[in-house]
Amino acid sequence: MDMTDRTWRRIGLAALLALACLLPFLVSSYRTFQLTSALSYAIALLGLNILTGYNGQISLGHGAFYAIGAYVAAILMDRFGVPYWATLPAAGAVCLVIGFLFGLPALRLEGLYLALATFALALATPQILKYKLLEDWTGGVQGIVILKPDPPFGLPLDQDQWLYFFTLVVAIVMFWLGRNLLAGRIGRALVAIRDHPIAAETMGVDTAFYKATTFGVSALYTGVAGALGAIVIQFVAPDSFTLFLSITLLVGIVVGGLASISGALWGALFIQFVPNVADHISKAAPWAIYGLFLIAFMYLMPTGIAGFLRTLAARLTRRPSRR
Amino acid sequence: MEAFLHQVLSGLATGGIYAIVALALVMIYQATHLVNFAQGEMAMFSTYLAWTMIDAGVPYWPAFAATVALSFVLGIAIERIVIRPVEKAPVLAVVIVFIGLLVILNSVAGWIYTYTIKSFPSPFPTHRILGGYVSAHELGVMAVTMGVLVLLFVFFRFTPLGLAMRAAAQNPVSSRLVGIRVGWMLALGWGLAAAVGAVAGMMVAPIVFLDPNMMAGILLYGFAAALLGGIDNPAGAVFGGFVVGVLENLAGAYLVGTELKLTVALVLIVGVLVMRPSGLFGRVLVTRV
Amino acid sequence: MRMLGTAVSLALGVALAAAPAAAQKKYSPGATDTEIKVGNVNPYSGPASAYGAIGKAIGAYFQKINDEGGINGRKINYITLDDGYSPPKAVEQTRRLVEQDNVLLVFQPLGTPSNTAIQKYMNAKKVPQLFVATGATKWGDPKTYPWTMGWQPNYQTEGKIYARYILENKPNARIAVLYQNDDYGKDYLKGFKDGLGAKASLIVAEASYEVTDPTVDSQIVTLKGSGADTFFNITTPKFAAQAIRKVYDIDWKPLHFLNNVSNSVGSVLTPAGLEKAAGLISSYYLKDPTDPQWAKDPGYLEWLAWMKKYNPDGNLNDTFNVYGYTVAQTLVTVLKQCGDDLTRENVMKQAANLKAVTHPMLLPGITIDTGPNDFYPIEQMQLVRFNGKTWEAFGKPIGG
Repeated sequence: MDMTDRTWRRIGLAALLALACLLPFLVSSYRTFQLTSALSYAIALLGLNILTGYNGQISLGHGAFYAIGAYVAAILMDRFGVPYWATLPAAGAVCLVIGFLFGLPALRLEGLYLALATFALALATPQILKYKLLEDWTGGVQGIVILKPDPPFGLPLDQDQWLYFFTLVVAIVMFWLGRNLLAGRIGRALVAIRDHPIAAETMGVDTAFYKATTFGVSALYTGVAGALGAIVIQFVAPDSFTLFLSITLLVGIVVGGLASISGALWGALFIQFVPNVADHISKAAPWAIYGLFLIAFMYLMPTGIAGFLRTLAARLTRRPSRR
Repeated sequence: MEAFLHQVLSGLATGGIYAIVALALVMIYQATHLVNFAQGEMAMFSTYLAWTMIDAGVPYWPAFAATVALSFVLGIAIERIVIRPVEKAPVLAVVIVFIGLLVILNSVAGWIYTYTIKSFPSPFPTHRILGGYVSAHELGVMAVTMGVLVLLFVFFRFTPLGLAMRAAAQNPVSSRLVGIRVGWMLALGWGLAAAVGAVAGMMVAPIVFLDPNMMAGILLYGFAAALLGGIDNPAGAVFGGFVVGVLENLAGAYLVGTELKLTVALVLIVGVLVMRPSGLFGRVLVTRV
Repeated sequence: MRMLGTAVSLALGVALAAAPAAAQKKYSPGATDTEIKVGNVNPYSGPASAYGAIGKAIGAYFQKINDEGGINGRKINYITLDDGYSPPKAVEQTRRLVEQDNVLLVFQPLGTPSNTAIQKYMNAKKVPQLFVATGATKWGDPKTYPWTMGWQPNYQTEGKIYARYILENKPNARIAVLYQNDDYGKDYLKGFKDGLGAKASLIVAEASYEVTDPTVDSQIVTLKGSGADTFFNITTPKFAAQAIRKVYDIDWKPLHFLNNVSNSVGSVLTPAGLEKAAGLISSYYLKDPTDPQWAKDPGYLEWLAWMKKYNPDGNLNDTFNVYGYTVAQTLVTVLKQCGDDLTRENVMKQAANLKAVTHPMLLPGITIDTGPNDFYPIEQMQLVRFNGKTWEAFGKPIGG
């Protein structure tokens, strides 16, 4: 049973991968662009999920790390002529350090208080980006326009397709690393800290170190996603990274499914496409429609899309009438 | 020196509006142990209801009373209809429902009333007092805040209903065993929070002008104020409101200039919280294993 | 009106019959014998949704045009999408308009950040990014961006107009400035400082605010404390009303300049208190529908009739409804001028070939003029002073 389960999962993953590789040849470049954007959100959501879903630390401020990643990429490309692919590790590293440092004092804060601290970070980031002493770097309120990369080695792809595959590869690597991280000892420690912090500490888990590191790793993921987002959109400005981005990311992980790797993908699809659906239904009050979607999803799937699918699968397999 | 005094007074005046919003947040927290992100938009919507009545010719105080009563009923209705179904869901799912509620109220208000600002009447005298340092309305807001604070304090401390509500929020299982109808206590908490929110909205609107985004900024400050003072302590929340108002003004005027005043104020607040993780006056919770 | 339309189309018909070669129709994607697809991106959701009124007003005006037979027999198919004032979303929605909906042009995308985000794309695709809804100065650069054109007088021009007024009438002013901390506020400030030139040191105090700030009271207190006797108020409606009220309440009596963005009598000065607004100086290029001086003006009555019939949900106090109405008329003028050559090239060519165009709600004396090297359609404004009831014009319309 276990073996077949694993085989099935592998077949499923391979099929998903094949589909992901075929998609840009089947849909328009506009759709390809949307999918690329969704993939970069997925990486950000995985980052936030590591922190909030697995480790139980609520962040209302991950938009800030997304912004920092985006700006690191944009500044490196614009001021220093660094190639776009090389900006990703830099964006990740910067966010890892900032996230870790932010995580240290935030350790003392729990629940709502941590939410406030991260919230403050999200509010402050656009202000800092606009600050006059940093203007030479950040472009101030005008932001930075960057160039879209061409496919290398004369590959027969257009720019959108190339960026899609580039993002896809990054996403696969990040998800694979994330899965290994969460499936092993570290993942178990994170969950233990979330569910039984004091017990975990008595069992010898270095809670403080784990929590701060988790913050750093989570920021790293979101920062890499931000850098990808900047490259895809070719533009960064303080207005792109308002508080609402942080809230959107939180919506993404909860709707997608907390503490679930596939949840990050579902959540990304939700935050990428559902606002467009809402806009399509009503011009008068698109947010009202979006709000209704949010509430409906929470009613129907309180554990997120991933949680819902898991329950559904469990129910189906339990039925003896399968085939 | 005069300018300094003026900044402090002006900070206290804005602090007054943070304080009353913070009170509404504390109210719902006391009753449900959740922070309702839609609180600001509910208050905004209540204020529009009041505006509609006043615009139709209803005198101020009857409109005020009717709005508070109506908001109380609507608050209960929201709990029963919208929040009830996710009662058992994870906390974050409830938070998402709050966010859904927030965007719906904001969008619907904009749809019905459009986004142009409206002036909202003040029940207090409008002529200039104290050389314009503080307006009569701003003093009135502080008085109303204090009044609401005293009422809440008495209610939660001395009335059986208030005690039952706190018990229901803190320990639903034991409360149920002693015969408290926990579900209705929650609904009542929502009703009271909505009523306090309505008062807050009607106090805030004459200062910032009424528009669908009126409460967005204020809620942020109210949230910070409530946490700074201690989210389970109404008096602390009010104190927090005044501190945030003054702190922000002084940071803007003397420390870093207006471009970074919010950032600095927030850094200071978070700094305080790192020192005192339950807020200045909050009860320190002992964690059970 | 309809009679005139028939006459024009008759005359056109005759002209076409006389010169069959001219009847050759040329189309880019988005234009056919029966339809012209016009795309638009606007914030209908999110904190900037007040601007959504513009997108709706434009649609309501196109509806009127279609009801009257369209443009040279073609109906306008107006596709407007929500970007929530977020640049990444603007890029996505614009790409949808261009690549999926195949619009002929993208009209009035709103906001400086959103337009900056799509500018390179639009110019690479060679699709008109026409009459953008922002007052930044960078939209009139036909050499680098031949597919992008602004519309309204830019913020810097307006800032320069006030600066010049101060230099001429109050050369020893001590100036305080309040501005919104974003591209819009900083653009005004830059124009103002450029206008003051060597005398920029007249500015003794600057304060900014964020859109999330509940009030600007503290900033006003600070500015008064600087001892300034002149105040340039660069704020959006809500904050403008707060500032006007606070300036009055703390008994500060500066020469007060208010930016055009917020000079609506009905939706800013009335909430702030008309008596508190007396003496303000501002500048205009559109008629304010809430200003009593236009109550019997034919242009205003035409606008009012349209509002009642086609935009009944719109707020009569909202200047955005005048803005959307008028900018839509400019586009209709351009498309009429295009005749049957509805290629993207010709749209830009005709947009850059507007001579002394007037519209019902444009202030008398203000015209729309463009040329191959002039991508700034409206460049003049009229200085006005508020007398407690209405804005009084003084001097002639002036440019920066």
